[in-house]
Amino acid sequence: MELLQFSRGPALTFAIAVFLLGTLWRLIGILMLERRRVDAEARPGTPTPLAAAASGVLAKMWPHKTFLKSSLFSVLNGYVFHIGLAISVLLFAPHVLFVKSLLGISWPALPSNVVLAVAVITAGSLLASLVHRLTNPVQRLISRIDDYVSWAVTFLPVLTGIAAVAHIGGRYETLLAVHILTVCAFLIWFPFGKLMHAFLFVLSRGTTAIRFKQRGAEV
Amino acid sequence: MNEPATLGEALSRRGISRRAFLKYSAYLASVMALPASASQAIAQGLAKARRQSVIWLSFQECTGCTESITRSSSPTLEDLIFDLISLDYHHTLMSVSGDAAEHAREAAMKENKGKYIVVVDGSVPLKDDGIYSTIAGITNLQMLKDTVKDAAAVVAVGSCAAFGGIPHARPNPTGAASITDIVKDKPVINIPGCPPIPEAMTGTLAYILSFGKLPELDHLARPKAFFGETIHDRCYRRPFYDKGLFAESFDDEGARKGYCLYKVGCKGPIAYNACATLKWNHGTSFPIQSGHGCLGCSEPHFWDQGGFYKPLAAHAGVSAPLIGAAAVAGAAAGGAAAWIARRHQQRYLAETEAIDRSVGKDKG
Ligand code: SF4
Repeated sequence: MELLQFSRGPALTFAIAVFLLGTLWRLIGILMLERRRVDAEARPGTPTPLAAAASGVLAKMWPHKTFLKSSLFSVLNGYVFHIGLAISVLLFAPHVLFVKSLLGISWPALPSNVVLAVAVITAGSLLASLVHRLTNPVQRLISRIDDYVSWAVTFLPVLTGIAAVAHIGGRYETLLAVHILTVCAFLIWFPFGKLMHAFLFVLSRGTTAIRFKQRGAEV
Repeated sequence: MNEPATLGEALSRRGISRRAFLKYSAYLASVMALPASASQAIAQGLAKARRQSVIWLSFQECTGCTESITRSSSPTLEDLIFDLISLDYHHTLMSVSGDAAEHAREAAMKENKGKYIVVVDGSVPLKDDGIYSTIAGITNLQMLKDTVKDAAAVVAVGSCAAFGGIPHARPNPTGAASITDIVKDKPVINIPGCPPIPEAMTGTLAYILSFGKLPELDHLARPKAFFGETIHDRCYRRPFYDKGLFAESFDDEGARKGYCLYKVGCKGPIAYNACATLKWNHGTSFPIQSGHGCLGCSEPHFWDQGGFYKPLAAHAGVSAPLIGAAAVAGAAAGGAAAWIARRHQQRYLAETEAIDRSVGKDKG
């Protein structure tokens, strides 16, 4: 019980503080940068920056046909665990209650056993992504410690969450405390590693698209 | 008439039939999740057992534990077995006897040296030399130490004795401590609860009497037979939890339909106790059945768990000012980083423009 108190109180406070500090630091640091000039004259029919950015973000949701075959598994598997994570994190009743206690806002949740099933699929998909990373020569070559840490701090909360809900491997309060501590690790790592892509993918895709479109190039 | 030598003899003198006695042994074996064969062993063990000398000390407590165990609404066989232990001293029940009661305690200790069981309800204040609770001018701490010295085992009844309980709640003004904080050299069994379930208490005593040893205990020294599963594990509202059907308040449609009470603060998932199976008042009901969430009263620090009506999933006191300060610091750090980067950018642009100009001049 003491570990649970520690994880729900001081550990969580620290993790949220680091998460906010780091995320705002990086986001504001990037958003306030000087805009890079595009010296090329805008082509006729250049969309507004917002439209260009939006189309860039959307276009990259699916790979170009040249790469479709080689990246099909990564893309499909990526969708599975991203959607799975979104459902497990946002639509599990205890999580909704947690957000409500923190921010005062709430929304309807899915039945617990449905979320449990989704979480199991998500964990399987995350494991598959690790196996793929380790067995695909190119992916392995370009992987850094950041990729593995980011994977671990994403996978562990899912695994411990399943264990806590299904009462596997320990007493519920211990599993719950460990689950919260793994979420703390996720929050602390988030701003400093590749997990930050959750925010940055919009900025990088958007800016690339704005610059390309002005030059008349497709994205 | 002579004092009955054994429990079996005493029971038959009280007119308890062998059939009723066997029934009770079978009941005991089943509530303690023992194999069916244990029922016979319990019956034989109990029949042969001598009356166990018990000294009951009451310290910082509300008498709820004694009320729970000695409730007299309908005497059952386990009440009789409870009667038939030799309760040589019970501070609360004997308080009117004054000095005589204290002599009874001392006499029982002398007579049954090394064999008696000490039952304690209530926590022990340690602050300021324990002056916050005294009996007959003796501090609880002193009385506990003196009494336990020659005991065979100690049973801490109720959450106050087991874990410090409500007197131990923040800010714990009396320095209340649990029995296990103080007694280190004797076996201690914790039977927590606020109050504990009577059957957990009588069942544990009967087990000790029948088998002559302590039952299997968990890491908090609680008998696994009664504290091995959570309320949530055996709660009849569990299917609603699994389906995501929750009461949002105590008088909404969900509450009327008997939905799960998780959202209104039920601590059943982290509370190890037998309320959901044994229930209270001879199996009549238990808090969740009456429409109130479990408070988790058999767990340490249950009073300080962040609120009885706050869901378990709620954070336990995340500090808003600290988080706000972190956000402001993050925004300031981001602003500063961007400002430095912009200066680099501007310097770079100025330099490249200067190079462009000089290249243009050369060409010209
Ligand atoms: S009422 Fe409490 S113990 Fe019962 S299922 Fe809901 S959360 Fe679990």
